[in-house]
Amino acid sequence: MNVKKILMISLFGFGLIASPHIGQAQKRKMIQIKGSDTMVNLVQILAEEYMAKNPGAPIAVSGGGSGTGISAIINQTCDIANHSREWRQKEIDLAWEKGVKPRFFVIAVDCLSIIVNEKNTVEKLTTFELGAIYRGEIKNWKAVGGPDKVVSLYGRQSNSGTYVFMQEHVLGNRNYSADMKEMNGNAQIIEGILQDEGGIGYVGVGYLFDKDGKIRKGIKVLRIAKDNKSPAFSPLDKAAVDRGDYPVARPLYQATPGRPNAAVSAFIAFEIGPEGQKIVEREGFFTIGAKDKEQNEKNLR
Amino acid sequence: MVPKRMREVRLSRLKEEGIKAFFFTNGVLAVVVLVGIFGLLLSTAIPAFKEIPVREFLASKTWDPTSPEKAQYGILSMIVSTLMVTAGALLIAMPVGLGVASYLSDVAHWRVREVVKPIIEILAGIPSVVVGFLGIVLFGPVIAKIFHTGHGLNAANGSFLLAIMALPTIISLSEDSLNAVPLSYAEASLALGASRWQTLIRVKIPAALSGIIASFMLGMGRAIGETMTVLMATGNARSFPHGFLDSIRTMTANIAIELGEVPYHTTHYYGLFAIGLVLFILTFIVNLVADVILSKYQQREQ
Repeated sequence: MNVKKILMISLFGFGLIASPHIGQAQKRKMIQIKGSDTMVNLVQILAEEYMAKNPGAPIAVSGGGSGTGISAIINQTCDIANHSREWRQKEIDLAWEKGVKPRFFVIAVDCLSIIVNEKNTVEKLTTFELGAIYRGEIKNWKAVGGPDKVVSLYGRQSNSGTYVFMQEHVLGNRNYSADMKEMNGNAQIIEGILQDEGGIGYVGVGYLFDKDGKIRKGIKVLRIAKDNKSPAFSPLDKAAVDRGDYPVARPLYQATPGRPNAAVSAFIAFEIGPEGQKIVEREGFFTIGAKDKEQNEKNLR
Repeated sequence: MVPKRMREVRLSRLKEEGIKAFFFTNGVLAVVVLVGIFGLLLSTAIPAFKEIPVREFLASKTWDPTSPEKAQYGILSMIVSTLMVTAGALLIAMPVGLGVASYLSDVAHWRVREVVKPIIEILAGIPSVVVGFLGIVLFGPVIAKIFHTGHGLNAANGSFLLAIMALPTIISLSEDSLNAVPLSYAEASLALGASRWQTLIRVKIPAALSGIIASFMLGMGRAIGETMTVLMATGNARSFPHGFLDSIRTMTANIAIELGEVPYHTTHYYGLFAIGLVLFILTFIVNLVADVILSKYQQREQ
């Protein structure tokens, strides 16, 4: 993956040196994608598969964070921005001032499942309760209708995008409890929950299944409700995730500066089409719902 | 025209000078690299203290540089965690190591020793990742079951694993120094009517003490600096530890976790180097103490 990237960059550089005309032609043709680190692997793989089918359409993908991608669109230094958060009003205003009218596409849905040990009697939580648990305000499962057991927190390390996502969307931008055990990856969190009857953890949905495609023995996936009044949904309920009813999910976006040109729109069409969505699913993300699909197609025109 | 003999002498002298210069360069290079590393560490760590008061850095318990509320840079919890897990490891490894060394040097049949000692030395070559893995899948569940803690990712687990990692060094070096005690000491003791136990405890171990202490210090050095094992097995919770059954985060684990993704030239980045500096000073003190103890005993022996 990286080798390809380096090769492409060096080829691009060589082209620039060799002949300014060829360089410029390539520059125009090469699709530049920048932004979210959560999405960089997914989009890289999408780009590789797309390039394998369309050899004449080089794509370069790089990370840097959602903010980097968004400002690159505003400054018109890239063709597509990956962003895992929505644009702030300030950013949209700034783009319009510069004459850029960004268009947004949802290419996948990132979904976190909240898991506990199967011996835990708790079945569902509200996002408020979940936040309070991770902030360290609820210390015993009794407080949320569970057994009289101390809550044992499992989470990711601060360099993980998932850590930030939980902090922003569930903890309400407040501090994690210092008692949270910070694990090296999704698999380690699951190992911990399997043993720990008081444990709670968050992992990507793809990690829940064993090699037969069944939910791993010993863990229980909690249903999560937006608030007290709303019903709780499981992240495994595809229809609920598609409707946007599962609260610990976020759309993964791409933005273009204005109406995408033919090359860019062909790539986006591939991403949101059946082939691209199959890759999205394979990489552990969720496919987009009907509403997003409709909006995407409107924006492509 | 220069006579042949003189030319030869000049040539060999030149060769000698060249070889001397080569070894000199090598010697200097090692020192330069060391000084360079220290200089880099110092120059990258110092900017941290422009923004973090030294007092807060060393005395505050909360480390949360990416907090959306207020970034905090206190490493007291991590210092205590590192010292705790190291002390725990030594508490286990010192008696066991000395026991095994005594057994190998004084009790075991020479054939047993010839087999066991290389095996113990091979233990030193087990990668720390593998030891950490054992901690997660083997010792963790056992600790959880014995103490009913729900999980075994805590300081006790880390201490246990570090003890295992320090044992080969301690056993091997202690056994060597026990063997190096002159035979006449033991013979004299036995001739005076002392039992083998008394000979071992009162004569051989005191005579070999400098080597034994050196082995403890080397084991300790390994335990303080070890990263991967504690990163995997101790849970990495940032809270202040209240006992060996709490999850802890050591200084090394914190650097390993955060350095990969930290934006360069920020307070957080400099702060991580400052932790490295503290770690460096800690190991330096350990080595210094070891040296002082060693030279004291050597003087007494003479």
